[in-house]
Amino acid sequence: MALDVRPTAPAGAAVAPPGRRRLRTRLSRLDVSLSPYLYISPFYLLFLVFGLFPLGYTFWVSLNHWEMIGDHEFIGLRNYTRLLTDDQFWNAVGNTFGMFVIATVPQLLLALLLANALNRKMRAPTLFRMGVLLPLVTSVAAVAIVFTQMFGRDYGMANWVLHFFGVHKVDWQANKWSSWLAVSTMVDWRWTGYNSLIFLAGMQAIPHSLYEAAAIDGASRMRQFWKITVPLLRPTIVFVTIISTIGGLQLFTEPLLFNNGYMNGGSLRQSQTVAMYMFENAFNRFQYGYGSAVAWMLFLMILIFSLFNFLIIRRLAGGEK
Amino acid sequence: MKAYIRGRTRAAVAGSARLWQASPLTYAVLIFAIVLSAFPLYWMFVVATRTNDVVGAVPPPFIAGQHLGDNMRRLFDNEQAHFAKALLNSAIASAVVALSTVFFSSLAGFAFAKLRFRGRNALLLVIVATMMVPVQMGIIPLYMVMVHLHWTGKLQAVIVPFLVTGFGVFMMRQYASQAVPDELIEAARVDGASTFRIFWSVVLPALRPAASVLALFTFMQTWNEFIWPRAVLNPDNPTVQYSLALLNSAYFNDYTLMFTGTVVATIPLAIVFVVFGRQIIGGIMEGAVKA
Repeated sequence: MALDVRPTAPAGAAVAPPGRRRLRTRLSRLDVSLSPYLYISPFYLLFLVFGLFPLGYTFWVSLNHWEMIGDHEFIGLRNYTRLLTDDQFWNAVGNTFGMFVIATVPQLLLALLLANALNRKMRAPTLFRMGVLLPLVTSVAAVAIVFTQMFGRDYGMANWVLHFFGVHKVDWQANKWSSWLAVSTMVDWRWTGYNSLIFLAGMQAIPHSLYEAAAIDGASRMRQFWKITVPLLRPTIVFVTIISTIGGLQLFTEPLLFNNGYMNGGSLRQSQTVAMYMFENAFNRFQYGYGSAVAWMLFLMILIFSLFNFLIIRRLAGGEK
Repeated sequence: MKAYIRGRTRAAVAGSARLWQASPLTYAVLIFAIVLSAFPLYWMFVVATRTNDVVGAVPPPFIAGQHLGDNMRRLFDNEQAHFAKALLNSAIASAVVALSTVFFSSLAGFAFAKLRFRGRNALLLVIVATMMVPVQMGIIPLYMVMVHLHWTGKLQAVIVPFLVTGFGVFMMRQYASQAVPDELIEAARVDGASTFRIFWSVVLPALRPAASVLALFTFMQTWNEFIWPRAVLNPDNPTVQYSLALLNSAYFNDYTLMFTGTVVATIPLAIVFVVFGRQIIGGIMEGAVKA
């Protein structure tokens, strides 16, 4: 721990003139006291300039009527009051939460199921784990492009598969539910395997003696899963849920490319998310002030969830010891 | 009697495998999951090797064709996508960000884990707090900062803000505190090594496993970054993902062109994944990494 150990002068230094020796000692003392600050400073500098300042500045911008850079007027909270009665904003909030729920609930259930299957003694476990993680190599943009083609109305693979079940051609982009479903599928495809590995890590930490005891008591595997695995996995489940929440609330690329790059998320704004609405205001309509207000609302939503995250994790970590 | 039974059952259980053996059903579930995971990737490749007739075909073709070369040529000759430039831009940005993140995170992680200085705990807490702030929501003012710096449309705009992350610092700090023995550092100190020399020749080698995981994830993340490059770069100097989006909005009927783009954009990460898959899985499962 203690690193104030002064470098003792090497034997040869004893013949060096005392002045130079003193200089060396002073230099090394300076090295010991200043180096730590020097080493950690890059992060703080970068965060100050590109993280903290933009966040604070967004708030200032959001208090202004700020159309183009340099041309602005202070209007207090009027952007926010306007937001509260802005149907397009609430539509985006509804879409964001709708897609978040449709995407996250099945995703986490499937991930649990997959993790449970992976948590067995099997041949080539690494190969299977890599297999379920495969979607992670693709970028969000690539996923969105491929799935949008698969969800095409006339020639898409999804409709081709569905027609075997008697479902008539779905125009996936055209209405709310179908576009939510299509976007959620993209999200789930990309993240289910990743989440299942996090669950798997949690499952491996559960002492096996619990299962042995339950087996002796005659509990079936199904029962063991629901009565032992799931309750003991709760910290992991909470963690994954909240990570998914933070990601889900910032949903942007998938719905954007699903609508061929249009920020409005379809002619009726069927799949426009809050992040897209922010972007649309700032970069398409050049209303930086209003866009910043949207950003702060989104930030507040995320912050509430993050705080929740922090409190829960701290509590669980404290409970373990 | 009771003790006897307990002893017996325990012996019986201990004799069985520690984990349940995977049943054929388990294998079936997993193989089905892998097919679902792999299929869109496979489909991406199939379309990239065919002509646009494929889009209207019923049933869709499931076997690769012979037009990958033509499609590649069309992709790289396309004047709107600037694909070759985009690949180069992404490669530079991802490599620089990954290397720099690893270097500065290791340096700061070492300081937090092994050096003693005033305010250490408070400063570490600040880092943990920043990890919870989704900084990408500050893109509007970040964009304004870039306008003032005259960096819009330039590659440094997607590099400099991400040269070191709070997540990286925290990860390396956690690793350094358990992987580097204090005695080693003290011994080097007694030998007259400067703090940086200790970092470079004693600490950094010990941090290698965590550093490589951090580098891989940072590289993948930067390569796949979309929203910020889309906001700050220009269409004539894009990154790979931005270039894909450009293709998507200009040629949304030319599927073979777009899909060839996604294949080329995915290849570097697929190579990283195949070579370092084990480390990536280890990183995720240690809970240390969020992609």
